[in-house]
Amino acid sequence: MKRKRIWKKIKKANIIKSCLKALNSFRQIAPIFFGLILLISFSLAVIPDSFYRKIFTGNNFLDVILGALFGSVAAGNAITSYIIGGELVERGVSIIAVTAFILTWVTVGLVQLPAEILMLGKKFAISRNIVSFFMAITVAILTILTLSFI
Amino acid sequence: MRKFFKKLKPKWIFFGIVSSLYIVLLFLNFSLFRDALEQFARLLRQVLPVFGIVFIFMVLSDLLFKTKKIIKFLGEKSGITGWIVVVIGGVLSMGPIYAWYPLLSDLKEKGMKDSLVATFLYNRAIKPALLPMMIYYFGLPFAIVLSFYMIIFSVINGILVGRFAKIK
Repeated sequence: MKRKRIWKKIKKANIIKSCLKALNSFRQIAPIFFGLILLISFSLAVIPDSFYRKIFTGNNFLDVILGALFGSVAAGNAITSYIIGGELVERGVSIIAVTAFILTWVTVGLVQLPAEILMLGKKFAISRNIVSFFMAITVAILTILTLSFI
Repeated sequence: MRKFFKKLKPKWIFFGIVSSLYIVLLFLNFSLFRDALEQFARLLRQVLPVFGIVFIFMVLSDLLFKTKKIIKFLGEKSGITGWIVVVIGGVLSMGPIYAWYPLLSDLKEKGMKDSLVATFLYNRAIKPALLPMMIYYFGLPFAIVLSFYMIIFSVINGILVGRFAKIK
């Protein structure tokens, strides 16, 4: 019954019109999208994965901030952050720093920021990235504190 | 010349700047230029299927959810329903974060509130498909505790961003 109602609704509406509308949205964002992918590819080529292994100092407080900072600048798949994070832990980098690193890797995007500003608004994009940065440090500390009680 | 730049939209300026970065790289370091282009092709192959899904969502949302409905579920007075929709949507959505910008921008124009957009984006950090990988590297307790905090803090993140975005 419900399915029939939905189908009726879709039939009534103009499917082609909606497709054209969506296509137009993609056409509008094409320069931002291709520009963004070019920028991410550039950063991936210029900054090798090995770079992240060299940046930590051994000081827990400084490392958590460094982890969050470098995770914010980095771009790429979340899996890459897990692999780098796993290696960092094995090399003795504190788990808090690694957690902050993998969190900002996914939630903060300095490389994506210009595209986010253009598509979702300047105030929104900037405040979202700043809040996510500090939240990553908070979540990293809370996660490790909680794990220490388990 | 000045008039030309004034007429040029920011999105084309952005594209122009990034493209010129590649032109500079082509002359300065060809192997790095080739690496960057290889990364570009790889990323494109990764993102295009996700764009297909986003396209289907955009068509369906246009067909099924008119502005009034979006305002009801994701607008200022959406209440707890809005939060639940974006938390689940954010967790289930796949692909890179920027592939979802067009849909979110579309929904935002139709009345989706800033805090819900931010919560959706924050929850993209939790991916059920990637959990085995996280468990392998950091252990099950870490994955559970982190995912739990991420969901809770996604809502706090949304509330804060919503407030900051309103400040004039």
